[in-house]
Amino acid sequence: MSSQKESTARTLTVALLVCLVCSVFVAGAAVALKPTQVENRLLDKQRSILAIAGLSKPGMSANQIKELYQSTITARVVELETGTYSDAQDPETFDPLRAARDPSLSSPVPPEQDIASIKRLERYSTVYLIENDGELDTIILPVRGYGLWSTLYGFIALKGDLNTVVGMGFYQHGETPGLGGEVDNPRWTGQWPGKTIFDQNGDLAVQVVKGGVDPRSPNAEHQVDALAGATLTSNGVNHLLHFWLGQDGFGPFIRNLRAGEA
Amino acid sequence: MSLPTYREVLFNPVFNNNPIGLQILGICSALAVTSNLKTALVMSVCLTMVTGFSNLFVSMIRRQIPSSIRMIVQMVIIASLVILVDQILKAYAFSLSKQLSVFVGLIITNCIVMGRAEAFAMQNPPLLSFFDGIGNGLGYSAMLIALGIIRELFGSGKLAGYTILPVVNDGGWYLPNGMLLLPPSAFFLIGLFIWGIRSWKTSQLEQPAFKMAPQVSNKEAY
Repeated sequence: MSSQKESTARTLTVALLVCLVCSVFVAGAAVALKPTQVENRLLDKQRSILAIAGLSKPGMSANQIKELYQSTITARVVELETGTYSDAQDPETFDPLRAARDPSLSSPVPPEQDIASIKRLERYSTVYLIENDGELDTIILPVRGYGLWSTLYGFIALKGDLNTVVGMGFYQHGETPGLGGEVDNPRWTGQWPGKTIFDQNGDLAVQVVKGGVDPRSPNAEHQVDALAGATLTSNGVNHLLHFWLGQDGFGPFIRNLRAGEA
Repeated sequence: MSLPTYREVLFNPVFNNNPIGLQILGICSALAVTSNLKTALVMSVCLTMVTGFSNLFVSMIRRQIPSSIRMIVQMVIIASLVILVDQILKAYAFSLSKQLSVFVGLIITNCIVMGRAEAFAMQNPPLLSFFDGIGNGLGYSAMLIALGIIRELFGSGKLAGYTILPVVNDGGWYLPNGMLLLPPSAFFLIGLFIWGIRSWKTSQLEQPAFKMAPQVSNKEAY
């Protein structure tokens, strides 16, 4: 009995059968649950876009979120380098984060320009527009960059003047809870609305500053108080905003949009 | 060999033979996911399910598994169950699965699961093994939940997301202990728990491995 149990043929058969049964279960679960998972991911993204644009209230149901999103938000694909709308990609299905890993749709960022440490930059990105009677009311731009431990993924929403912040927030990060993780705290993100990102000369002026914003300073309208005890996360937020709103990110697009040429 | 009773396998691991407290297994995830109660709870449920079912399936085929590949076979079963749990979480508890991130996947390497499959399920009938797995999961859960409550309450003034002690940052009076939010604090807490359990149940005290010799006087040294 025992010698039969230990024979090579027997060993192989058992291994094969176990693998077969397990793979059927795993594959079955993956296929059966995929639609729900995709929907969840989409809903999560829509929820954070609406929250950052200041449109959603906490505790809204999934259907309310979907409805509100569909009735207010238009997604458009932008070619980053030229700063113009592009029809090369479908905004419904295009995923800028996946594109950033695809060599045919992205290019490496030279280290000296890569202040947000994103390593690869996609050629196209998706922006979200809220229009009111044909006028641009709010535009939501995706941003990302490295903090202390992790890449922070988020959005910044700007008013139609492309200067005033409507909201800023991150939907995914792995910063230290209680310290850098406070980037999620509504008390911190609540400082952003109303700030302006460009100064009179049109230069990027938005900044996260240590030690509190002095309301008498001429730059106070561009400045946000840093997170206490989280210098590197605060620096990360600073860098990623400067990258994405600057020349390598959405800078050309913002300029074109302002001139009405996007 | 007389079989242990269901009651024994189910409740012994909670205090008498706690997988974290006595066997010191599964520490990694106990540090990582206990900074708030919600993730600790979800992790506990996931691990209890995986341990229970992996014990059940391993025990069901225990007479067929050739001893030369028994570890790999156990591993395949455990890994499949963990992927299953991870997929279900992603589909039905998306925000929690985002917070738990890799730690659900890392249940595969949790020594408790493998340890119970190898030490118990390989020698015992399926149903008893299933309860042994659930019992050990409960032992792990008890420790995780205790850690989660202490760390979240004193680290961020909340329990399961509800404010209990209003913290200074939100305009309250409680100055939270930031260290409790960092993983090493769980080490200190686990150490204190082990001390507590062993003072209560003195049978868990280990005999010292060696005795120190009395202080050498300098007369002997020369």
